[in-house]
Amino acid sequence: MTHTLPRPVPGLSRNKRRAREGRLALLFVSPSLIALLLVVGYPILAALRMSFEVSSTRIDPATGFKVTSTRFGLANYAVVDGRFLNALWNTTTFTVVSVAIEVVIGVAMALIMSQELRGRGLIRASILVPWAIPTAVSALLWRWIFAPDGVANAVLSADVVWTGNAFSSWVAVVVADTWKTAPFIGLLVLAGLQAIPREVYEAARVDGSKPFTTFWRITVPMVRPVLAVAVLFRILDVLRMFDLPYVLVGPRKDSVETLSMLAYDEMSNLRFGPASAYAAILFVYVVAVAFAFVRLFGADVTRRGAS
Amino acid sequence: MRNPPASRRLLAAGVVAVGLAAAGCGSPSAPAADGAPTPTPVQDRGPITLASSKDTTGTVQAQLDRWNTDHPAEKVTLVELPESADQQRQLFIQNAQTKSDAYTVLNMDVVWTAEFAANRWIDELPADKVPTGKMIPAVVETATYFNKLYAVPYNTNGGLLFYRKDLLDAAHVQPPTTWAEMKDACAKIKALPQGKDLSCYAGQFDKYEGLTVNFAEAVDSAGGSIVDAEGKPTVDTDEARKGLAFLADSFKDGTIAKSAISFKEEEGRRDFQAGKLIFHRQWPYQWELANKSDGSSKVAGKFGVAPLPGLTGPGKSSLGGLNLAVSAFAKHKATALDFISFFASEDNARKNLEASSAAPPYADLYTDSELVKKYPYLPVLRDSINTAAPRPRVVAYGDFTAVIQENAYAAISGTKPVDQALTDMQAGLLKVVSK
Repeated sequence: MTHTLPRPVPGLSRNKRRAREGRLALLFVSPSLIALLLVVGYPILAALRMSFEVSSTRIDPATGFKVTSTRFGLANYAVVDGRFLNALWNTTTFTVVSVAIEVVIGVAMALIMSQELRGRGLIRASILVPWAIPTAVSALLWRWIFAPDGVANAVLSADVVWTGNAFSSWVAVVVADTWKTAPFIGLLVLAGLQAIPREVYEAARVDGSKPFTTFWRITVPMVRPVLAVAVLFRILDVLRMFDLPYVLVGPRKDSVETLSMLAYDEMSNLRFGPASAYAAILFVYVVAVAFAFVRLFGADVTRRGAS
Repeated sequence: MRNPPASRRLLAAGVVAVGLAAAGCGSPSAPAADGAPTPTPVQDRGPITLASSKDTTGTVQAQLDRWNTDHPAEKVTLVELPESADQQRQLFIQNAQTKSDAYTVLNMDVVWTAEFAANRWIDELPADKVPTGKMIPAVVETATYFNKLYAVPYNTNGGLLFYRKDLLDAAHVQPPTTWAEMKDACAKIKALPQGKDLSCYAGQFDKYEGLTVNFAEAVDSAGGSIVDAEGKPTVDTDEARKGLAFLADSFKDGTIAKSAISFKEEEGRRDFQAGKLIFHRQWPYQWELANKSDGSSKVAGKFGVAPLPGLTGPGKSSLGGLNLAVSAFAKHKATALDFISFFASEDNARKNLEASSAAPPYADLYTDSELVKKYPYLPVLRDSINTAAPRPRVVAYGDFTAVIQENAYAAISGTKPVDQALTDMQAGLLKVVSK
């Protein structure tokens, strides 16, 4: 390890040495910086540029060929129509509701997984299985469960059309999403729980603290940094949710259409400008939510351990 | 890189994406000046590719092997695409936008012809060099755009009314030719002890392309149309109203079960095979599967097929199927043209029918006594296809079908009155067409 660090060279001034170190550091991180610029920076800029490309097409009445003219403008951003607002509403409600439920269930799962129970390995494995299943596959599983003659209707002895286009399909998506990702929160919180020193709990017991007080006064504050990061990840994830409603319910169903699905739909109809505009709006929305979340709840993503 | 100098200059200019295509032909400006059709060069021969969905039965590869043995210098390689039609279209479009020559012959859904032709992603084909003469005219029509041929039908598909012969016989009724007769037949069958828990009718009503097909069939079967000869939408007519009202009312009065709102082909087939449906609008592929005697179907040998019913007489089917086109950005187009003539030949169409019960575009095969013995539904299917209405040939077909689905779905799920749905649909379609 140590030999990769620059040694102080005698005879160089402090400033010069610092500049040298800086250059060396830049050299070391440049491969990853270049990779990031290529795979993250360039697509974002290209999409932003494309979102200002306003195309109009017409059909040549003699040949039937499409004639497209493109100019730059803001017209693609004039998309705040009912469909957009509906998608924004769905994206937001999915985020708020499913993340809230996932936090409750995820923390409960973590508490169970951290107990010294017999068959702990089995409990842990079974809780984590849903997280290991790819989203598209779990969406298919739930599609069968929510089929008209599926398990959901049999268990509830109901006759609900879950994958139609009503509030019930919104519920179906929340249920499937919670099932899949509550274990993710559980896993991260479990890691946080195991980092809490036993001495703290022993001290609480010695002081005669009741279990709930211990949980509320010790466990919760001490896993909070981890929990906040987990919730932030989940929020970012749900805000760009696409595959689950797309596979479980289907495209262009307004009860579950999210912003990503809207952008995809525009793109698949070859309207790349408006599609990029939707993607850009979603990007800004995600950044704003993440920023607000970090400010409000102090999710400590960058400075590890400084609480 | 093994690009010729012409394209090196392009690369230097930063047009990386175009490089691939330029490497082949030297000139990146493949589409000619506005208006002038691009004639297919006839001297250009060599190895090509066929981009098609998965070859599940191995028949395609067998046919390619036969061609490759006879044409060692013009070998055809199969490029297998994902099964979903949407993903195939996506790949074709990506291929066209990078002007790649990776796909030579495209095996594409009939409804994409207009979009691909208008964008000049596929070439116009010389009608005298391909075997469309013996094909059913309605099927060939799906491969044309602005009265020019852009593809050759590979197979076709028409809707059939599957009915429970055992139940119809028990109730002493004939297969219906009108919607009213069908509802009557259901009433009689539901009066029987073995029929009282059954659903009368189902089709494909989930919000996807199948709904467009079923809506178009209802409108066409009531004497209406989706677009007129000039391509102008005509769904605010009285006939269209009667067509959509048939579907919406059937949902309301229970002729169609409530659960059918989420039916695609397979959900309906499951219900039909489980013996829960009296009538089912379905593609012919259901014939073999529902006749399986391995226990997967409770109705094996108990059903028949009839043409789709209509408002006052037999109805009109929509057309499905696949067409073969030549990518505008491909090399060796002369080989491609010869290969299409071979691949879509009557002989191969017969083999495809025998292997995967794909409906052939050739009229002759529907009356071939040997084939009819094996597939007794063929004469009915021929009638269905002969009178079928191709789906509208619209450049922005994705938008067009989305408007239809949006409003038809609202009407059948009861959130919009039929009149309102059709008024909105007409306005929406006009907007798509005039764009």
